[in-house]
Amino acid sequence: MYGLGILKGMWVTLTHFIDSYVEDIKWMGRKRYFTEEGVEHRRSVDAKGIFTVQYPEEKLPVPEEFRYVPFLVYEVDEEGNKHDRCTSCGICAKVCPPQCIWIVRTEDPVTKRPVPEPVDFFVDVDICMNCGYCAEYCPFDAIKMDHDYEMASFDRHAEHIFNKEKLSKPVSYYAGIRPANYTREEAIKAEEAAKKAAAAAAKAAAATAAPAAPPAAPAATE
Amino acid sequence: MSEQTPTAPAAAAPIEKSEVEKRFLDAVKADERAGYVGYLVETSKLVDVATAVRDEMGYDYLSSITAVDYFSDAPDAKNFIEVVYHFYKSTGGGALELKVQTPRDNSVVASLTPLYPGADFQEREAYDLYGVTFEGHPDLRRILMWEGFAGHPMRKDWKEAFYEDEAKPFKNRWPEGQVYRIEDRNPYNKNNKYPQGFDPTNFKEVDDPKLYEVLERAAREYTEDIDTEQVVVNLGPQHPSTHGVFRMAVRLDGETIVALKPVMGYLHRNHEKIGERNTWTMNMPFTDRLDYLASMSNNFGYALAVEKLMGDKGTPPERAQYLRVIMAELTRISNHLWAIGFLLNDLGAFFTPALYAIEERELILDVFEATTGSRMMCNYFRFGGVARDLPDGILEKIKLLVHDRLPRKIDELDIYLSENELVRSRSEGVGVITPEEAIAFSTAGPVLRASGVPYDIRRADPYGIYDRFKFDVAVRYHGDVYDRYMIRIDELRQSLQILGQALKDLPAGEIMNGKNPYQVRVPAGESYGRVEGPKGELGYYIVSNGKGNPARYHVRAPSFINLTILEKMCVGQKVADVVVNLGSIDIVLGEVDR
Repeated sequence: MYGLGILKGMWVTLTHFIDSYVEDIKWMGRKRYFTEEGVEHRRSVDAKGIFTVQYPEEKLPVPEEFRYVPFLVYEVDEEGNKHDRCTSCGICAKVCPPQCIWIVRTEDPVTKRPVPEPVDFFVDVDICMNCGYCAEYCPFDAIKMDHDYEMASFDRHAEHIFNKEKLSKPVSYYAGIRPANYTREEAIKAEEAAKKAAAAAAKAAAATAAPAAPPAAPAATE
Repeated sequence: MSEQTPTAPAAAAPIEKSEVEKRFLDAVKADERAGYVGYLVETSKLVDVATAVRDEMGYDYLSSITAVDYFSDAPDAKNFIEVVYHFYKSTGGGALELKVQTPRDNSVVASLTPLYPGADFQEREAYDLYGVTFEGHPDLRRILMWEGFAGHPMRKDWKEAFYEDEAKPFKNRWPEGQVYRIEDRNPYNKNNKYPQGFDPTNFKEVDDPKLYEVLERAAREYTEDIDTEQVVVNLGPQHPSTHGVFRMAVRLDGETIVALKPVMGYLHRNHEKIGERNTWTMNMPFTDRLDYLASMSNNFGYALAVEKLMGDKGTPPERAQYLRVIMAELTRISNHLWAIGFLLNDLGAFFTPALYAIEERELILDVFEATTGSRMMCNYFRFGGVARDLPDGILEKIKLLVHDRLPRKIDELDIYLSENELVRSRSEGVGVITPEEAIAFSTAGPVLRASGVPYDIRRADPYGIYDRFKFDVAVRYHGDVYDRYMIRIDELRQSLQILGQALKDLPAGEIMNGKNPYQVRVPAGESYGRVEGPKGELGYYIVSNGKGNPARYHVRAPSFINLTILEKMCVGQKVADVVVNLGSIDIVLGEVDR
């Protein structure tokens, strides 16, 4: 029968239409909109009916791996001093595909040796293509990709070359947005530190044992 | 010929090789440069060899044509331009690679367009970007740059307007650390080249006379009983039906298409030149930006090409191989859903089907975002593995999608659209391509398979671990728009089959072969890596000279080459069908223009 295909198709749209109301009725009492639970359900594999999110009133939660522009991680010691994790090794600047990272280094005025912590660090966020290479290849876990994606501003020349001050964020912030990555890295670090300590201890033991051995031998003969 | 090339892999069809050499004793000799395969053909004999290769040896599918500029400043350097052809059999198997060399200052090579119509746009591209003149080409105009552009941008001695250095990384980033924007230091006009006699201050915009002349020539062959006036109409470049900035100049007789010429390049950013300035690793995120609806497939092709040169170091571990297949097939699903949705938009079913399709695509993009960090610019593949393992809970989500939701939703889409009388009457018998035409015009992917040619690289020339999976090569036989729609539904189901097997067998283990270094060493040589992307054969032709940057990086873009047949599909049909025909090819302008 001509038109049967159209009718079948209309039936599909009708079920979609009805579904959106059925879902609302099912959620009676719980809030389907403007709540975390509601947003999470609407983007889940069982989602039916309305699946759009009303940005900016509602925001999709970003997954841990989500990457936007990079930021620099600094540690805070007991006295409240900030220490950059960055050692100005330059790998991030060398691997950056659009070349948007500049690192300004300095040397110690007295010893004339280069200071590991950079004097300044620039990222042109207009050029940054959010690829995540800097964070991926940084051997010191000093540069990481941020989750904050709302950074529009009125003037690109004044605002969009981020300097070190604007880029730096504490370790606690990093641990907050990427908990799984943070725990994994800390575990690796602890393991390496333990290995190093063990190696150092073994070395020290060997060092004390080695000079101790020759005197020990005569001691034994005595 | 008795001589054997020591560098050529013995497994790559040795019978054909000797056959080619025996057949053309004087015109063909094996390419003996280290790391190179294929044959050097004498420039004057190219057409003879290509004819015999097609008619006698069965290499009827000309996959890729590109040029390479071998250029060095050294005084005794041998500088030349090499045009590289990749031929395949439409029944499957490996490549036959032919090359001709031509001097840089007067580059002339015979055109293969009369033999293989699919060479048309690719030769125009080589002419545009390398300045190689193809003798006998029916319509040799610039294709990506505009007429009157000064120079040929892919030549090694050509420098872009905001040129900084021959290759990245740039010194002022590190160790110098002098922050400035290159456009402030080197403002517009300072480094711009104009053709001789061109004065930008007195520039008056003129229509592209060469383009309209071609349209007129095509119109002369068109005969109608009643003498009517013909008009030229430009569809695009800004029009929702063109899926981006793409223009079709058409000559109309009433509502009937008399001639049609695609005009492209509005989004051209010289991707390949950027690729040659980049290091090998840096190119990976740039490939995402080609076909931005299918970034995982783009990554896959590039990784394959480079891994071929890297040898054992580039072989990914088992788990990474499976993850690659899973991601590539999910990409295919999301791409086809998008293609179907927007084809229906072009047919006039405004946005309801598209949004139903996009809903499912969105769930796949969530998987990508959780795994790779970005919905569309995935940048997931590395040489010898993948960047990250699946985070917690994502495998379960993929399984739910593949085993439950997607099959259900694809069936729903099928019921919703396939039998719809309006869809059928608009698409059946429209834009018909015969199998012979589809092969001759080098179409690829769904366009080729909807015309009754069961050619799928996953089966014809398997890469990765695709030889382990059971699936059917989807094929339809009418070659019209309706079949190009149906074949995407078929392919969705086949992708789900592959995914089901891959998810079942996904082993535990490493995801990278050794460390993931920020600089890779790629031995000198050439390689062509191709994958069956959602839009067709996506190939990367790369040449390495052992340095940190590719000496040549070429992308064989399926949507670009599939457009070659657009005119053939449209002539004789109505204006409204042009939009549908274009939609059924499924182009992405990021890839067409590169």
